[in-house]
Amino acid sequence: MSLIKVFYFARLKESLNYSTEEIELPSDIETIAELKVLLAQRGETWANLFSDKQTVRAAINHTLVDNDARIKSGDEVAFFPPVTGG
Amino acid sequence: MVRISVQTEDFDAGAELTQMRLAHPEVGALVSFVGQVRDLNDGAMVSGMHLEHYPGMTEKALAAIANKAMQRWEFADALVIHRYGDLKPLDQIVLVVVASAHRQTAFAACEFIMDYLKTEAPFWKKESTPEGERWVDAKEVDEAAKNRWNR
Repeated sequence: MSLIKVFYFARLKESLNYSTEEIELPSDIETIAELKVLLAQRGETWANLFSDKQTVRAAINHTLVDNDARIKSGDEVAFFPPVTGG
Repeated sequence: MVRISVQTEDFDAGAELTQMRLAHPEVGALVSFVGQVRDLNDGAMVSGMHLEHYPGMTEKALAAIANKAMQRWEFADALVIHRYGDLKPLDQIVLVVVASAHRQTAFAACEFIMDYLKTEAPFWKKESTPEGERWVDAKEVDEAAKNRWNR
């Protein structure tokens, strides 16, 4: 069983109305890009957020990663809009 | 040696500069950057701002950025303080200080740290305007500013 923890921030958190969940990763989902496709299938709000209409950045275990980064069991994955600090 | 602080409290830039200066007799140059909340952004009056961040990742990202700068320039010391939570115009948001033997390194490293912070540190600004609240969009120009360090 591949259980991961997923966090959402800023505009994403607000649109989805929650900030974190645990997801059991299907065996065919191995990368951030594949996880985004899976999430986009959850409904209209999810599709709007995760189907490349807007940029969603990702981190695995607190490190920024690209779409082709691989996810493994126990990882903490985060999705968020491009950052705007400073 | 790099000090990172992510905090809601305000900071005293002058006191931080003095403290770093007095800790380093080998240092001839300190360069600092202070960012503050503006009352006007993208054509709207801003009455306040909420800064969200990713606890756990933020500190790590800022330390990685400062250490990357230190590997490139080998300066003596650096400090990054970034606030989060509710801020209003004229509030300080961020302080970066770099201390080095000579000024060129301190100027360059301070700018490098800010350019990377703007594009890689997990902070998100939400502004309060007369039309309501709005998330601030990331700017292409910030990404370009970071990328010029890789040319």
